[in-house]
Amino acid sequence: MTAVLELERVTHVYGSGHVAVAALDGVSLAVAAGELVAVMGPSGAGKSTLLNLAGGLDRPTGGRVVVAGTDLGRLDGRGLAALRRRRVGYVFQDVNLLPGLTAAENVALPRELDGVRTRDARAEALAALELVGLTERAGAFPDELSGGERQRVAIARAVAGERVLLLADEPTGALDALTGEAILGVLRARCDDGIAGVLVTHEARYAGWADRVVFLADGRVVDETERAAPAPAGGSPGGSR
Amino acid sequence: MSVKHALLASLAKGPMHGYGLKSEFEARLGQAWPLNIGQVYTTLARLERDGLVEPDPTEGVQPQRGGEERRSWRITEAGRAALAEWYASPVARDGLARDELLVKLTAALDAGIDKVVEVIRAQRTATLELLQRHTRAKADAARRGDLPRLLATDLLIAQAEAEAAWLDLCEARTTSGERRPASRVRTSEREEVPR
Repeated sequence: MTAVLELERVTHVYGSGHVAVAALDGVSLAVAAGELVAVMGPSGAGKSTLLNLAGGLDRPTGGRVVVAGTDLGRLDGRGLAALRRRRVGYVFQDVNLLPGLTAAENVALPRELDGVRTRDARAEALAALELVGLTERAGAFPDELSGGERQRVAIARAVAGERVLLLADEPTGALDALTGEAILGVLRARCDDGIAGVLVTHEARYAGWADRVVFLADGRVVDETERAAPAPAGGSPGGSR
Repeated sequence: MSVKHALLASLAKGPMHGYGLKSEFEARLGQAWPLNIGQVYTTLARLERDGLVEPDPTEGVQPQRGGEERRSWRITEAGRAALAEWYASPVARDGLARDELLVKLTAALDAGIDKVVEVIRAQRTATLELLQRHTRAKADAARRGDLPRLLATDLLIAQAEAEAAWLDLCEARTTSGERRPASRVRTSEREEVPR
């Protein structure tokens, strides 16, 4: 298995001197293509810090972060931004769709900003919306979509193009149980198709969808489940693991 | 136990034979709760004794191989009333039911906080692994459109989830207070500790 994301003894200290707090303390974690890893732990355990470092939104104080074979520490600001845009997708609890754009335009926009031609970006966006079961809502504006549909658009946006790593921070936070479950089903299916996924959640029921669950406390990995057996035969669509 | 009510619920739709009742019970709960045919017959005998079911007079007794009788059963008015009462009464969930984990955790308290945390973490890992297995079973049931199985796995997931949440709480309670985890201590304070 190829690791898409590798954290090697990653440490992150916020602040310095009297107010320095180690949010992550020597965490190592590898996530392979096709794998979904859930990260759990109490507030302040370092879950979001881990996600920010994995996505290159922040740089570690110590250790190495490698995404798709690239050591993020070797990239300058521009290189890091380019890798973030092209290779990494983010899904947050707060969906952040642009209200004046349709679902398809919201998905296509980051690709266009990245230099992809409008027509190609639109084709990619429609393909991504199809993957999350929203083909028929492509022309709808965010305020015409339900909470679950908006989150699906965000997932489509996060997987469109050539992205290999999907980072989700409490993506089910504001959704009811059934809608949340449907969102997890979509994330799971994207990983079954070969994307590497990291899901930060405080809800064990959603962590159950992952191949592995890593438990953080005080910036360290304190528990880790065994990699679950492959899904039963006739698994989720496109299962290519 | 609720097997008798489950049988009454099946019979409320119309008369059935013992094997039909067994099949319907298992279709609802799948492998989660296998029911042997002997249990069905003893339950039916008790239900008949209590006047909640009776042999179906519209269908005669059909002799079977081995001399056993294949009878059809139907629900009585008293049976319908018992069923209605069952649906209307909440299932009792009080008491700690001699929970082994609670016994283990409280025993570990005497051995010190580190032991408690060790027990909590080992259990939580096992609980999360269980959750992963249930979630896979659930996804499978969803694909097959098996609603009874879905509901059964939902219950197992909710129970595992509750246990995981309780373990989190146990860990937070036992480690708060006098003991502060090392990495939450400000690094500057850590450096000041005499070596």
